[in-house]
Amino acid sequence: MKTNTHVIARKGRIGNYAYGLTLFLLALTGFAQMPIFKRYYIADIPGLGWLAEFYTTHFLHYLGATAILAITTYFAAQYLLVTRRYRKLSGSGAARAAILLGIIVSGILLVIRNSAFVPFSPAVVTGILLVHLGLTMVFLLFALYCRFAGRPWTIPV
Amino acid sequence: MSESISRRSFLKGGVAAAGSAAALAVPSAAAAGSDGRGQLATLLDIRKCIGCGACVEACRQVNSSKAPEPQKPFPEMYPSRVPVEDWSDKRDVRDRLTPYNLLFIQQAEVEVDGKKETLTIPRRCMHCVNPPCVNLCPWGAARQYKNGISRIDYDVCLGGSKCRKVCPWHIPQRQTGVGLYLDIMPSFAGNGVMYKCDRCYERVAVGKKPACIEACPADVQQIGPRADIIARAHELAEETGGYIYGETENGGTNTIYVSPVPFEELNAAIEKGPGRPHFASAANSMDKAENLTAAMIIAPFAAIAAAGAKFYGYMKSGQSDNSQGEA
Repeated sequence: MKTNTHVIARKGRIGNYAYGLTLFLLALTGFAQMPIFKRYYIADIPGLGWLAEFYTTHFLHYLGATAILAITTYFAAQYLLVTRRYRKLSGSGAARAAILLGIIVSGILLVIRNSAFVPFSPAVVTGILLVHLGLTMVFLLFALYCRFAGRPWTIPV
Repeated sequence: MSESISRRSFLKGGVAAAGSAAALAVPSAAAAGSDGRGQLATLLDIRKCIGCGACVEACRQVNSSKAPEPQKPFPEMYPSRVPVEDWSDKRDVRDRLTPYNLLFIQQAEVEVDGKKETLTIPRRCMHCVNPPCVNLCPWGAARQYKNGISRIDYDVCLGGSKCRKVCPWHIPQRQTGVGLYLDIMPSFAGNGVMYKCDRCYERVAVGKKPACIEACPADVQQIGPRADIIARAHELAEETGGYIYGETENGGTNTIYVSPVPFEELNAAIEKGPGRPHFASAANSMDKAENLTAAMIIAPFAAIAAAGAKFYGYMKSGQSDNSQGEA
C-alpha cells in the first residue's frame, strides 16, 4: 500500500501544480475581461500585449475554465474514492470548495448566457457577473491566507 | 398604412405581400436562439435609398431625450493617456456615428450596370444574432432582448469601450463625462457611456416601428421575423441580381442589406474609419469560444472516467500487493 500512496502523492503534486497554474491563468484572463490592462500599462510590458486582446483572453479564460472543470472534478472524485479513507476536508478546505463551487456555477451560467441558448434578464446577468467577480476576489484572498497560514485542504481523519 | 401590424397578420400576409408596408411584430415571446429564432430583423434595399436623411433626423429626434449631457470639466483621468471623447460640442455631426448620431448615411461611388452612381446606405448597429458587445461586456451593461435587439443600458455603462473593440464594425461611440462611473471612481475606472442604436426598443415594445423605418419616404427598410426577412432578401437578390450582407457576417446579424453591386466593391468605395463601419467580411467572433463550450461539457465526465479508471487500477494493484504480503 506504501507504493500506491507514493504514486498517489506524486500524481497529487502534479495535479496541484496544474490546479495552481490554471487558477493563475483564470484569474489573469478573468481580470483581463475588464479594460484595465491597457489603461494601466500592463499590456505595454513586452510579451503581455495579448492581455489587451479581448478575444484572446476570452478564449484562454474558456480554456482555463475547461481545465478547472476537469481538475476540480478529478480532485473531487479522488477525494470521494480514496482520500477520504484517511483524510477529511478541513474547515478552510470546505470553505474554499464552497467558494470555488460558487465561482464555477456562476461561470457556467455566464457560458450558457454567452451561447444564447437561454435568455437571462439583464439584472440577472449583472448579478451573476458580480457574484463571479466577487467570489473570485474572496477566493484568491482566502487561498493566499490559507497558503501562508499553512491551512491545508485536508487533515488526517 | 397601419402603424402597428400584428405578428399574426404579418405572417398571414407574408413578407412579400407586406412589402414596403414594413410590417412589424412586437418583441417575440418565443425564446431567442443562437440561430436567430424569435428574433426580428430588418432588410435594407440599398437601391431604394435616396439619401434624403429622413431616417437620420427621425433617429436623432426619437433619441434626443437619451442624448448625453456631460458634466464639465471632466474628471481628471489617471493615467493621463486615457482618452477623453467629447462629442457634446459637435452634436451636429451627421456624417458618421457619434453618441448624438446613432445612424448615418454612407456614400459609395460605384458602377451599376455600366453607369456611375452614388449609392447611399443607412448605417447603424447590425444587431448581431449573438452579439459580442453583449456577451463580452464585463459589467452586464449591454443586453439583448428576445426580439434580437441589443442595447446598452446608459444608466449602467461605465464607458470602458470594450464593446466597441469587440464589435466587428466598431459601432458603439463614447461620450466622456456622463454616467455611473462619475459616482464610483471617475479618475481611475470607466470613462463615460457608450452609445449605439437600440432599434427603438421602447417603440417596438409597444408595437410601433423603429423611427428610421417609419420616417423613410422610400420604404428602404422592412422589419419582420428573421427567417422571413432572410427569405425576402434572397428573393430580392434573385429578382434584382443583387448581393446580400449581414446574413452570415459575425455568425449572422439582424440587419440584412441587399446591394446592386458586390459588397467588396461597396466596401472599397465607402469612407471607412472611426464611426464609419466597413462592409468587409466578418467571421463569427464568438466561434472559438462556442467551440470550447462543447469541451467544457465533456471535461467533467472525462475527469470522472479518468479518476475512476486510475483509482480502480491503484486499488486493484494495492489488493494484489496486500495479498502478496500476506502470502
